[in-house]
Amino acid sequence: MNLRRVGAIVLRQYYLMRGSPTRLVPLFAWVAIDIVLWGFLARYLSSVAPQGPNFTFTLLGAVLLWDFFTRIMHGVTTAFLEDVWSRNFLNLFATPLAVSEYVSGLVLTSIATSLIGLVVMLLLATTLFGFSFFAYGAMFVPFVVVLFLFGIALGIVASAMVLRLGPASEWLVWPIPALLSPFAAVFYPLSVLPEWMRWIAHLLPPSYVFEGMRALVAGQPFDVTALIWGIVLAAVQIAIAYWLFVRIYRSTVRSGLLARYSAESVA
Amino acid sequence: MSATSENRPQPPATSTGSATRVLDVRDLGKRYGATVAVDGVSFEVHRNEIVGLLGPNGAGKTTTINMILGVLEPSSGSIRIEDVELARERERALACTNFGAVYAPLPGNLTVYQNLRCFGLIYDVPQLGARIEGLLDQFQLRRFRDTKCGLLSSGEQTRVSLAKAVLNRPRLLLLDEPTASLDPATAQDIRALIRALAADGDTGILWTSHNMYEVEEVCDRVLFLSRGRILLEGDPKTLPREHGVDSLEALFIHLAREPLAAKEHAR
Repeated sequence: MNLRRVGAIVLRQYYLMRGSPTRLVPLFAWVAIDIVLWGFLARYLSSVAPQGPNFTFTLLGAVLLWDFFTRIMHGVTTAFLEDVWSRNFLNLFATPLAVSEYVSGLVLTSIATSLIGLVVMLLLATTLFGFSFFAYGAMFVPFVVVLFLFGIALGIVASAMVLRLGPASEWLVWPIPALLSPFAAVFYPLSVLPEWMRWIAHLLPPSYVFEGMRALVAGQPFDVTALIWGIVLAAVQIAIAYWLFVRIYRSTVRSGLLARYSAESVA
Repeated sequence: MSATSENRPQPPATSTGSATRVLDVRDLGKRYGATVAVDGVSFEVHRNEIVGLLGPNGAGKTTTINMILGVLEPSSGSIRIEDVELARERERALACTNFGAVYAPLPGNLTVYQNLRCFGLIYDVPQLGARIEGLLDQFQLRRFRDTKCGLLSSGEQTRVSLAKAVLNRPRLLLLDEPTASLDPATAQDIRALIRALAADGDTGILWTSHNMYEVEEVCDRVLFLSRGRILLEGDPKTLPREHGVDSLEALFIHLAREPLAAKEHAR
């Protein structure tokens, strides 16, 4: 892998963000809105049910962790879509750039943008509502790692989907996190789900994070093995996602779709 | 044009073939189901040579170029660039190749400098900063250095595309209608630049155009393509007389309308 080529993909995204505030704002705007909305909701629920669970850590914590996952996934797909929007595939893939270098560049871009979101998230939640992810202790790190890995995997799958189905399929990308959230048991324990939904939940690494988070807040025993399984599952899903992207890329080279991605849009 | 050979990507050790050959296409074919887009095309391009690839719309010119650029997989045949098999060593083959096409402008949301920097990194160009500054002067782009490409006129965008196309000092340069959207004066300047590139360096150029006056002025050799096959090959200055017409344009029209008759005449 040539690191200069990976750097070129990241640099292009940096130039785009530096030159356009409209690209920067979404990195933290939605996160900030969610913090305010769910922070006040958690405060209100705590006031009407003072004997209830710690809403700040269960509700607000869940929203913020889910937002973090969403930002990572969208970070990968937005970087990919920039090349769709600017009809850049022919220019990029007629070079020595390897698919692995291209995807690595997208992932590194997502790491950078999602970290910006994470910092803003931590600052706002701490200063406005006294919430800190560090209240989860050392478990904060594996929680974030699982969400991070799964976000990357899903971002690569969504990019592969747009590559295969064409630019118009972009609208399918954005609601993916919302479609998964009922299965990931973000706001409720897995036990409330029907059997068939639980089976799907077991395939979604975030479900292990949110189960773990609720157990920690409630002071209940926490199954570390389940979280390790979540990490392994997410890592395997990244490998599968990359395999899928390469397979779809090769099929677009064979069918001529990649070459027409530019030519069609000019017509 | 100043093309110093020490900064070029070094060619691999040649085991077979002519030392002057930069492109060797053998029995190249592309089928889409029952439709044959390119049918057993074979040709070569040598150093310091400009070869015109001519033919009516749909003849298979762009399909051939896309296969040489590695963005379209051939159904049959082989492509060797600097004696490197494209199908087996894509990265090495494309490192000494570049292209410019009217339907593949550089992203309009980056400046001229930013685009050249990103593509320079992808092509792993040594001393990239100095190379970009040199190209800005050579292609009269200095005053547009920090202007977004999308804000440039067609002629200026073509100059940027050509600057990108020679960024890595390619051994093989593919130009698909590079002067299509230019006024006559700008087109003449561009032709002079490309002619100098082939004359001064080690570059072989494959050029498509529908402007027969331009082809006659620029190309050392032409290939007439029709319905995916090469019908004629020869010197653009002598070919018309050899086929009983008085201009390259008349020959083109004759071939486009009656390709089978022309093929018989050529035998």
